[in-house]
Amino acid sequence: MSDAAITVEEARKTYRGARGSGTAALDGLDLTVARSTVHAVLGPNGAGKTTLVRVLSTLLRPDSGRVVVAGHDVVREAYQVRLRIGLLGQHAALDEELGGRQNLELFGRLHHLGARRARARADELLERFGLSGTGAKAVAKYSGGMRRRLDLAASLITEPEVLFLDEPTTGLDPRGRAEVWDAVRSLVGGGTTVLLTTQYLEEADQLADRVSMVDSGRVVADGTVDQLKTATGGDRIDVVLRDAGQLETVAGLLPAPRDAVTVDADRRLLSAPVSDRMAALTAVVQALREAGVEAEDVALRRPTLDEVFLHLTGRDERVKEAA
Amino acid sequence: MTSTAYALADSWTMTRRELARWGRQPAAVVVNLVFPVMLLLMFGYLIGGGRGVSGDYLGYLLPGMLALSMAFGLEGTMIAVTQDMNKGVVDRFRSMPMADGAVLVGRSAADMLQSVLGLVVLLGVAAALGWRTDAGPGAFLGAVGLLLLLRFAMLWIGIHLALVAGKPEMVQAVQILVWPFGFLSTVFAVPESMPGWLATVARWNPISHTAAAVRDLFGVPGAESGHAGAAVLWPLALLAVFFPLAVRRFARLSR
Ligand SMILES: Nc1ncnc2c1ncn2[C@@H]1O[C@H](COP(=O)(O)OP(=O)(O)OP(=O)(O)O)[C@@H](O)[C@H]1O
Ligand SMILES: [Mg+2]
Repeated sequence: MSDAAITVEEARKTYRGARGSGTAALDGLDLTVARSTVHAVLGPNGAGKTTLVRVLSTLLRPDSGRVVVAGHDVVREAYQVRLRIGLLGQHAALDEELGGRQNLELFGRLHHLGARRARARADELLERFGLSGTGAKAVAKYSGGMRRRLDLAASLITEPEVLFLDEPTTGLDPRGRAEVWDAVRSLVGGGTTVLLTTQYLEEADQLADRVSMVDSGRVVADGTVDQLKTATGGDRIDVVLRDAGQLETVAGLLPAPRDAVTVDADRRLLSAPVSDRMAALTAVVQALREAGVEAEDVALRRPTLDEVFLHLTGRDERVKEAA
Repeated sequence: MTSTAYALADSWTMTRRELARWGRQPAAVVVNLVFPVMLLLMFGYLIGGGRGVSGDYLGYLLPGMLALSMAFGLEGTMIAVTQDMNKGVVDRFRSMPMADGAVLVGRSAADMLQSVLGLVVLLGVAAALGWRTDAGPGAFLGAVGLLLLLRFAMLWIGIHLALVAGKPEMVQAVQILVWPFGFLSTVFAVPESMPGWLATVARWNPISHTAAAVRDLFGVPGAESGHAGAAVLWPLALLAVFFPLAVRRFARLSR
C-alpha cells in the first residue's frame, strides 16, 4: 500500500446544463494526501470543493482522471471505498423525522454492526458529542450546532480510515467550532486521514498539516501553511494611522512599490510586503517621524492565508478596487 | 453473510426506518388512512348515489375507492422520495457500504405495508356500514392482489417522478393532477352516464379496470366481467416502463 490515503490525478467533472452548456467544476485537479494527516482544501464559493468531496466519497463520478481513496478506485471499487470512509457533507445528511439515537442506530445497522453493537455505538457517539440528553428528540428540532455534531457522529460510526468534512464548521458558533476542531484532532491521533474543505483560513491554519488552494476547479497552490505564506513574499508590515487623511502620503513612504501597498481606509490601515523585517521596521518608524505623521500602531506579521489566497489566485486587483 | 443476505438485511433496515418514521408521526399516518374513508363517506352518503348506478351504491363505490386509494398512493411515495432527496440523507446512504437497491426496496416495502393497512381500514369501515361480499377467499384475495399490483405500479411511477423532478413544487403539480386522473374513471359513476369522450377516457383509465375487476370478484350485482386481464396488464405495462427507468435514474445519481 502506498503512503497516500488520497490520490487525485487530472480529475475533471463538468455539470451538464441545458443544451450542452456546462460548468467545469473540476478542471484537471491533482491532489495527494498522506495517511494520518489533515489536509485542508481552501477555496472561495464555487471553487469546486463540494464537487471534489462528492467525487472522493463516491457520490459523483468524475468524467475523467484517476481518483483513489484508501487504496481503491472510487469508480471501479466504490463499495470498497465506502467501507473505509466517513462523510460530513456541506448540508446535513440525516433523517430529520427520526431522533438522534435512531439516526445513529440506523446508520450503524447499515454498516452491518448488528443490532446490539449499533445501539452501543450510537450511545457512545451521543455521549462523546454531548447529545446524550437529546438522543430521543427528532432531529428536525435540533439546533444547527447539535445537528452538525450529530452529522459528524454519523460519519464516525465505523472509525473510518479517511474522513471527508465539507465545511464542517460553517454556521457554528465559536464553541461549536472548537468542539469540531477537537474532534478532528483526536481522530487524527487515532490514525484517521482527514480531508476538510473550508472558507475559514483560520481553520486551515489551526488544523491542517497541508493546504491546497483551489480555484475554478484546479489546485492553484499546495503546501504547508508556512510554505504558502512564504510563497507570497514573506512578511508584511502594518501601519495604523490616527488621521485617515494621511493614508495616501504614508503609502508613498513605505519601503515597497506603491501598487503592493493595500489601504484600508475604514481601519486607517496600510499594509505592505517587506523583505528584510528589521530594516523595514526601522525605516518605517524613521520615515513616519520625519514626515511628522502620528501612528497608532506599527507591526510586523506573517501574511494571512487570505492574502496568500488572493495573491495566488491573482485576485489582488479586485480586492484593491473594492477597498 | 453473503451479498444477498446483506441486501435483504439492508432492505429490512430501510423498511424499519420507514416504520420508525410512522411511530414518530402517528398523526400523518392516521390522516393517510382516514382520507380514503372520508372520500368514501362523502361520496357514499353526502353526495349520494352515483349516476347510472343501479342498486346498492356502497357496493359499487367501495371497489372504486379501494382502487383510487391505491392510485393516490403515488403522491405519498413521491413526497417521501422527494423529501429524502432534498434532505441529503440519501447522500449518506449512498456513501455507505449498503446494498445498492436497499433504499428503493425499503421505500417500496414500507409503502406497500401502508397500503395493506389502508385496504384493511377501508374494508373495515365499509363492513361497519353494512357492506358484505359474497366473494370466496380465493376471489377476495385475488381482488386484494389486483389492488396491490396497481399500488405497486403507482409506487414506481412515484419514485421515478420524484427522482426526475426532485422539487417540492413538482410534488404539488402531481398532487393536483392525480385528482382529474382519479375522477376520470368509473370509480364514482358508470361510464354510460358520461359524455362520449369522457366515457372513453374513463374506460381506458387503469384505475377503472382494477375497480371493475374488483367489483366482479366481490360479486357486485351488475358488475361487468372481463376486466381482470386489463387490471393485470395495465400495472404490469406501467411497471415495465417505470421500474427500469426509476432504477436507472437512481443508479445515475452519481453522474
Ligand atoms: N448540481 C450542480 N449542477 C450544476 N452546476 C453545479 C452543481 N453543483 C455545483 N455546480 C457548479 O459547479 C461549480 C463548483 O461548485 P461546488 O459546489 O463544488 O463549489 P464549492 O467550492 O463547494 O462552493 P461553496 O463554497 O459555495 O460550497 C460552481 O460553479 C457551481 O455553480
Ligand atoms: Mg461547497
